[in-house]
Amino acid sequence: MWWDTLALAIREIRRRVLRSFLTVLGVVIGVAAVIIMVTVGRGATARITADISSLGSNLLVVIAGQHRGPGGSSAAPRAFDLRDVAAIADQVASIRAVAPTASRQATVVYGNQNRATSVVGTTDLYLTTRAWGLGTGRNFAEAELRAGKAVCLLGETVRGTLFGRMDPLGQRIRVGKISCQVIGVLAAKGQSSMGNDQDDTLLMPLRTFHRRIAGNQDVGAVMVSAAAQSDTEKARADIQTLLRERRHIAAGNDDDFTVLDMKEIAATLTGTTRVLTMLLGAVAAVSLLVGGIGIMNIMLVSVTERTREIGTRLAIGALESEVLRQFLVEAVVLSSLGGLVGVAVALAATAAITRTMNIPFLFDPGIIALAFAFSGAIGVIFGYVPARRAARLDPIEALRHE
Amino acid sequence: MSDARTGGAGAQALIRMRAITKVYGAGQAAMHALRGIDLAIHSGEFVAVMGPSGSGKSTCMNILGCLDTPSGGSYRFQEIEVPSLTRRQRALLRRHRFGFVFQGYNLLPRTTALENVELPLMYRGTPLRERRELALGALADVGLSGWEQHRPGELSGGQQQRVAIARAIVTAPAVLLADEPTGNLDSIRSHEVMELLRGFNRRSGVTIVMVTHEADMAAYAGRVVQFADGLVASDVRQAENA
Ligand SMILES: Nc1ncnc2c1ncn2[C@@H]1O[C@H](COP(=O)(O)OP(=O)(O)OP(=O)(O)O)[C@@H](O)[C@H]1O
Ligand SMILES: [Mg+2]
Repeated sequence: MWWDTLALAIREIRRRVLRSFLTVLGVVIGVAAVIIMVTVGRGATARITADISSLGSNLLVVIAGQHRGPGGSSAAPRAFDLRDVAAIADQVASIRAVAPTASRQATVVYGNQNRATSVVGTTDLYLTTRAWGLGTGRNFAEAELRAGKAVCLLGETVRGTLFGRMDPLGQRIRVGKISCQVIGVLAAKGQSSMGNDQDDTLLMPLRTFHRRIAGNQDVGAVMVSAAAQSDTEKARADIQTLLRERRHIAAGNDDDFTVLDMKEIAATLTGTTRVLTMLLGAVAAVSLLVGGIGIMNIMLVSVTERTREIGTRLAIGALESEVLRQFLVEAVVLSSLGGLVGVAVALAATAAITRTMNIPFLFDPGIIALAFAFSGAIGVIFGYVPARRAARLDPIEALRHE
Repeated sequence: MSDARTGGAGAQALIRMRAITKVYGAGQAAMHALRGIDLAIHSGEFVAVMGPSGSGKSTCMNILGCLDTPSGGSYRFQEIEVPSLTRRQRALLRRHRFGFVFQGYNLLPRTTALENVELPLMYRGTPLRERRELALGALADVGLSGWEQHRPGELSGGQQQRVAIARAIVTAPAVLLADEPTGNLDSIRSHEVMELLRGFNRRSGVTIVMVTHEADMAAYAGRVVQFADGLVASDVRQAENA
């Protein structure tokens, strides 16, 4: 009997394929939106979480100039110098490590390979602030930093371009105009949430950078690692007070520097994805509602069209409950098919979105089962009224219909 | 076997209607379709119901077949008081006791002859294999072997009517109700259908109640009940068919 009911439902749906498809379009979109929402949302969250830890532990970045928003920096910001860095390290409590940085684009060459990359002058503490490990080799030694030795650490991308499968340790490469010995390779870090390759870089002692690359003593940015996550807010305020004082900024004037809290940036990004997720959720809810109403509508039309058939069935002994079941099954099969198509659409769309947004594709069979069950439930809910109308028909009137 | 019904006044009737009335509408607009029908039909009878249009034949048939409830009076089927049954109980009674041949055939469109005949068996819960066998047998009985896979639209009126008869008899019902089964057929086809019905009545002892407008169709029956204005006007047994 169940099998008969199911076979009948499938036959009725196949008889009007196009109409059925248009009817369940809402369910298709709704189910697809739910799955995309959850999958992309999870991927983005996972990505951002990974980014936060890859940026560095409790990292504050102090940069010259006002950076309220993207592109909003004031012209010719006053750079920091090493005394500022020393003051931060000495006077701000609850920080673990401070690393001054200065950077510039330069071409690095080894043999006949070369690459334009971001050359960063810094100290051994840079790796601590960025929570960055070494792949091979060693960090800068105290003596190398003090003496401004021509040594460098390669980012994974730079290493790949210059050395391929060769061992870079101990080799001399040319950085801009100077020759520099490779003492280590950084662990691969991947892309940042802004989409730039963090491994496309080369580190050297700050003193070396100042003397032989930059020709000045400027410190462009200071990496500060707070001792604990709870300390970032206080550390930020302390740094702000200290730098205002050192840079003689009168009360009431704006800072001419910015302290970026990377955690905050990540939180902003998470907030953005949350808004997107909610938007998709609204789309899903509306689509499912529209889909459900569409199913109700087509089922009502179907009941009217098939009044004589229903009358015949009732007359020869079909029970009310059996007619009800027949139409309910039809509605559920219809919306489940919509759900199935929606799942397929969602998987394709999610694969494309995660690839372009460069976030992990976290496939969750649970959400697909849930979305599928949801579409079935839509069929039951919106199929009930038409099915009941069919079941309650008076057999004599139904037989006389049309 | 058809002699069983002549078993005297003492035998329990299969169908017993007493003072059955049916009123459509209310007040001034009330339409009295049946004004007090008294009718007793015994198992194995073949009854023709005749009468002018609007005299209440179909209304009476619907009440007989438990499709409709009377406004008043008593209707006992196999000693069950039908008007007091629930909708569900009446559906079960139809399923297990009655076979219907509707005037307009009322076959399911887009459904093969075989599936149409299987339908009442499906609602009885007959297993698929047995269902198929019985349906094929019923179609063979009405002379439609080889037409099993045709849809109603691909069959002639006479063939459709025979599919409808096969569907009505496949469950071996106690009573077969036919409302103008030959209404849309030419005279040759009509006689074929009547031969068929008489055959079932004689061979299987199926009680048949049939509405017809034509005297030569009524001639196949053992008894002719004339309706007039919602009342039974005459009730005559025809010896040659008894
Ligand atoms: N659902 C209804 N509502 C109102 N009046 C009805 C309804 N069904 C039947 N009637 C009326 O009841 C009367 C008897 O109808 P019925 O169909 O029983 O006649 P009939 O003897 O079968 O006629 P015919 O030979 O034309 O089929 C008619 O006057 C008809 O108009
Ligand atoms: Mg009639």
